[in-house]
Amino acid sequence: MSSREKILSGIKANQPSLIALPDVENFVQPFADVVEKFKTVLKAIGGNVHAVQNVAAIIEVLKAQFADASRIISVLPELNDYATLYQQGDDPHLLNDVDVAIIKAHFGVAENGAVWVTEAILQERVLPFICQHLVAIIDKNTIVPTMHQAYEQIAGTSYGFGTFIAGPSKTADIEQSLVLGAHGPKTMTVFILA
Amino acid sequence: MEHNNKDHATLAAAFNVDEARVDWHDETLWFVRQKRDKAVHIVPEWEALRETASQIKNNVLSNLHDYLLQFEKNAQQNGITVHWAADDKEHNQIVHSILQQNNINRIVKSKSMLTEECHLNNYLKSVGVDVVDTDLGERIVQLADEAPSHIVLPCIHWKKEEIGELFHQYLGTPKGNADPQFLTGAAREHLREKFLTRRAAITGVNFAVAETGEFVVCTNEGNADMGAHLADVHIACMGIEKIIPLQKHLGVFLRLLTRSATGQPITTYSSHFLQPRKGQTLHIVIVDNGRSRQLGREDFRNSLKCIRCAACFNTCPVYRRSGGHSYHTAIAGPIGSILAPNLDMKDYADLPFASTLCGSCSNVCPVKIDIHQQLYKWRQVLVKDGYAPTAKKIAMQGMASTLASPGIYRFAGKMGRWVIKHFPFMVNNKLNAWYKHRDMPAPPKESFGEWYKKNREKKG
Repeated sequence: MSSREKILSGIKANQPSLIALPDVENFVQPFADVVEKFKTVLKAIGGNVHAVQNVAAIIEVLKAQFADASRIISVLPELNDYATLYQQGDDPHLLNDVDVAIIKAHFGVAENGAVWVTEAILQERVLPFICQHLVAIIDKNTIVPTMHQAYEQIAGTSYGFGTFIAGPSKTADIEQSLVLGAHGPKTMTVFILA
Repeated sequence: MEHNNKDHATLAAAFNVDEARVDWHDETLWFVRQKRDKAVHIVPEWEALRETASQIKNNVLSNLHDYLLQFEKNAQQNGITVHWAADDKEHNQIVHSILQQNNINRIVKSKSMLTEECHLNNYLKSVGVDVVDTDLGERIVQLADEAPSHIVLPCIHWKKEEIGELFHQYLGTPKGNADPQFLTGAAREHLREKFLTRRAAITGVNFAVAETGEFVVCTNEGNADMGAHLADVHIACMGIEKIIPLQKHLGVFLRLLTRSATGQPITTYSSHFLQPRKGQTLHIVIVDNGRSRQLGREDFRNSLKCIRCAACFNTCPVYRRSGGHSYHTAIAGPIGSILAPNLDMKDYADLPFASTLCGSCSNVCPVKIDIHQQLYKWRQVLVKDGYAPTAKKIAMQGMASTLASPGIYRFAGKMGRWVIKHFPFMVNNKLNAWYKHRDMPAPPKESFGEWYKKNREKKG
């Protein structure tokens, strides 16, 4: 008998009789203003957040924030004037010297300040992790209250890889002292586009 | 940690020699527990979430066979290779054979308590594979040739000055620099080179979704993603109990996990892997290693609901004051103390006794495992099966025969009171295991029996 069969038959013999799945709908949505909640939480976990009216306003902020950056790439053609458009095909290791990566995100989650991105947006999976600074743009009306609504958005969509990103990479492994920029981005800036 | 012949009490006694350090350890973990409380109290539906998570896990355990098959089928359709390992040894061999097939002998690994349980690092080292742990805390203990002392905060027992010294020795940082920001920066440089040069990455799995065949890995540092997305081969190792039925259940568990663990609303990264990256191979190793046996133990089955948040560690008065290494097993703390005896009753017979049974662990558990009740039940199983520590066995036998005979009971009580009163040093010494951790009470003048007899006689 293979290990697979051995494990499965052991489980079958030992598992109790079927217990029904609970309902996971109908959790309360406690936030009066999801955009404000998103901004507050994202700032609290070390992120920067700007509410803007258009792409020109985004570029203006970025120019001031990343004046010294040498390699700025984006996956958004509308930022062509400011950043180099990145297209898949390169060796992901070559992204190691990216100072700033600008991506869009499908939506934001108010309760935890996370944004949801998938491979289709990223072009290269490692992009939002390997850059020194990450910038994400979301539409204001895509912010959902909690993770329950987040998975309602994700349901039925197709992706090979997707991730929630909530703020800059961080660690508190040394005596519980919070340090931003563990292995991934040292900063994360989210633009909420009206 | 390697098995040794020391039990929890002995190892805890060694940890307790430095009282100031124990206080520091205790306070650091209590700080994490307080952060958990703050994060939890602002979620009005917290208790409903816990109950829902608990019920989902109950369903999982009652239908695990079918869910695993469903997960396997979907994962395979997504292009993932699925392997099954009956025990730790087979798990390690599967990982090694995948590496061999790809001619790889240097790898990166992000946090996986399963690989700690299987002693994968030692095994791979013995067959000539160099493993670099990439979680900062895990890298620190790896450089120090230690095991993690906590499943979420692997080097919580290390002081920053000691880490500064360790990094000076291994990473060439300036002697005397103990600034966490600086040291983290040094580790970032050191580990980025590993991410960029190693062709295989091992990660753990936080949740595996039967419905979609995807698995989710949560980190704050981004180390699992840096490893997996730069490597040609990604191997994800999971215990059979990591399965959840539906994708939407991730909403419940991701809301609970990090709030319980560190008081964050979510980890920085919650990465969902469905398919291998273009040009990459993706393997999942599904491991039993005693879990199906635990599933059959009705009293201890619920331990398999654990999502490894470590809230029970941080709240436990015994863990906080004895340190993770005193549990001499990969998963320490209250949950580890009910998981370990399933692996080896003899080696871990001491662990269910390393608790005050105060129940704080059960109160904070996000999936409502009855941890303290299982600790109590393990004690009964272990004593009945003859695995109790010898001193406890002798004491219990003495107690049993005393309680069985009213004459001996009355005499023993009188003797005890007389001894404590006139010769306190005879019980307040280190030969008395009870006194070791407690002060003996002042002796009453008489027993209740004697008092009752006297007063009733007076009135009569």
